[in-house]
Amino acid sequence: MTASAETPNSAVPPLTALLQAAFPQSVRDRHAQGGEETVIVRRQGMLDLFRFLRDDPRCAFDLMIDLTAVDHLPRTPRFEVVVHLKSLAHNHRLRVKIPIEEGQEEVDSISALWVAADWYERECFDMYGIRFAGHPDLRRLLLYPEFAGHPLRKDYDHRLQQPRVPLRAVRERHDYEMRVQYPEGVEKPRNPA
Amino acid sequence: MRRLENLDLGAEPMVIEIGPSHPAMHGITRMLTKLDGEVIVDLDVDIGYLHRGFEKEAENSNYIQIVPYTDRLNYVSPLINNVGYSMAVEKLFGLEVPRRAEFARVIMMEISRITDHLTCLGAMAMEVGAMSVFIWFVKAREYLWELVEEVTGARLTTNWTRIGGNANDLPDGFLSMLSDRLTKVEAVIDEGDAMLLRNKIFIDRMKGVGILSKERAVSYAFTGPMLRACGVPYDVRRADPYSVYPELDFEIPVGSVGDCFDRFLVRMEEMRQSMSIIRQASEKLPAGGYLTHDRRASLPDKLDVFSSIEGLIDHFKIVMEGPKPPPGETYTAVEGGNGELGFYIVSNGTGQPVKCRVRPPCFNFVAALREMCIGHYVADIVPIFGSVNMIGGELER
Repeated sequence: MTASAETPNSAVPPLTALLQAAFPQSVRDRHAQGGEETVIVRRQGMLDLFRFLRDDPRCAFDLMIDLTAVDHLPRTPRFEVVVHLKSLAHNHRLRVKIPIEEGQEEVDSISALWVAADWYERECFDMYGIRFAGHPDLRRLLLYPEFAGHPLRKDYDHRLQQPRVPLRAVRERHDYEMRVQYPEGVEKPRNPA
Repeated sequence: MRRLENLDLGAEPMVIEIGPSHPAMHGITRMLTKLDGEVIVDLDVDIGYLHRGFEKEAENSNYIQIVPYTDRLNYVSPLINNVGYSMAVEKLFGLEVPRRAEFARVIMMEISRITDHLTCLGAMAMEVGAMSVFIWFVKAREYLWELVEEVTGARLTTNWTRIGGNANDLPDGFLSMLSDRLTKVEAVIDEGDAMLLRNKIFIDRMKGVGILSKERAVSYAFTGPMLRACGVPYDVRRADPYSVYPELDFEIPVGSVGDCFDRFLVRMEEMRQSMSIIRQASEKLPAGGYLTHDRRASLPDKLDVFSSIEGLIDHFKIVMEGPKPPPGETYTAVEGGNGELGFYIVSNGTGQPVKCRVRPPCFNFVAALREMCIGHYVADIVPIFGSVNMIGGELER
C-alpha cells in the first residue's frame, strides 16, 4: 500500500508513522510521550481514518476504549475530542485527538464503526456540548433534560446551582381500548382512576 | 354467556417504567420497557441518578485531594480505584513506588476484587431466589472488610494510596490474619458453589439468558468478566502488566457462550484466582518502605518535618500547593472488578489537573443492556442486570 509497509522488520515504523503516511492530509501531528502513541488529526476525513484504524490488519483496533473531550480554555483550539483505542490482536493502544475550535463544536460520530461510541458520545455532548454528526440519538445521558449548560466546560463554575425543575405533567394514563362488543344498554367498565 | 370467539381483544405494547427506586436496580437506574405481554420489545435505560460530578470536582482539587473521590467510584472495590488513580499520577511524575508498597497494593487490590465479585454474585443469587447465598457471601465480605479496616481504617472509604506509595504500611500480624480470613472466605465460596452451580432452578434462570455474541461484545468495548465470559481472554493484568503482576502466577478464566451463567462462573473462578494471587504476594512480600522518598508528591516523615528545614519546606509546599506533575497526559488502565478501569489525566504543570477522566468499565455493559434484554422476558432483566454488575458510583461518577 505505502512504502512503509515494505520496510524490514528490524525497522518497523511506529503505528503513528504508518498513519501519517496513509493519511497525510488528516494527520496533523504525532508523538509518543510517555510511551503512549498519540496522533492528532483534523476533523475533515476523520471517519476514513477511524475506519482504517478499525479495519486495516496492521492496526486492528477493535476496542473503542474511551471517548471524551478536554477543554483547554484559554488555549486555542479550545476543545479536543480524545479517543482511546485498543487492539486485541496486536495488543497495542492508540490515542487519537481531534482539536476543535470554540463555536465549531461538531465532529463526526464514530458510533457506526464501534457501537460503544454511542453512549460515550452522548456523555461528551452532555458534558461539553460537542455535537456528533450522524449520531442516531444525541441526547443528554447523565444529566436531566432541563439542565442548562454543559458542566465540564471551564467557564461553568463548579459551585453553580441549577434552578429547581418545575414538576413535570403526569403522562396521560395509558387506557387500554379493548375492542369488545357490549350489548345495548350495558356500560363499558371504566378503568379505576 | 357470550362465547370467547366473539370478543375482539386488541393489544398494544405496554410501557412500564422500572423506576429508579427499585429493589432489583442495584442502586438507581430507570428502565423504560415496552412490553408485549411479558416479552420485552424495547428498553431504554436512563442513568445519571448518582452523577456527582467527579471529573468537575477533580479539576478543582489538587492531586492528593482526589484520592478520596476515587474511593467512591466503584465503591465495592475502592482500593482498585485508589491504586489506578495513583498509578496514573505516578506515571505523570515518573515516580517509582517501593517494592513492598507494590506488593501491598496487589494484596489489597485482590481483596477488593473478591469483595466486588462477592457483592455481584450474592446479589445475583438473591434476586433469582437464593437469599441464603447472598447472606453467606455478605458474611464472607465482612471477613474481607475486617482485613481492609485493619490496614486502611475504613471498610469502603479507604483513601489508602498516596502518590508514590501508600498511606501506611501493612500492620503487624496482618499476614496471619489474612491467611485466616482467606480460609474462611474460601469455605463460604465453596458453600455457595455447592448450593448454586448444579442447581436446576438456578441454571434454568441463568443459562441462555442475556447472550451477547463475541463480535457485538467487542464492538461495545466490553472488558473484564463480561468479555471473558464471551470467550475473549483479555485481562489488563496480562495485556498491559502493571505493578508486580508479572511476577505472580495466575490463570484467566474464560467462558464460552457469553450468557449470565458464564459470567457467574467466570467471577466465581476469578475469586479463587485472586486468593491464589494474594497468597503468592504475601509470601513474596519484601521488606522496605511504603512510600517513595521523592518529595515532589509525597509528604515527608513527621520527624523530618520537625527537625530539618528541608523537611519543613517540602511539607509546606505539598500541603499548600499540592503536587505539581510536569505538563503531559497519560492513560493508565488497571483491571477493575468490572474490567478495564482507565484513568486519563491531563496536566498543565499546575497543582490541579486539566482533565481527570475515569473510563468506567460498566458504562459499556449498561449501554449494551438494551440489546441484551430485547426479546427476553421481564423476569430475565433481573439476572441480566445482575450479571452486568452495574455499580452506580462507577457508571455515573
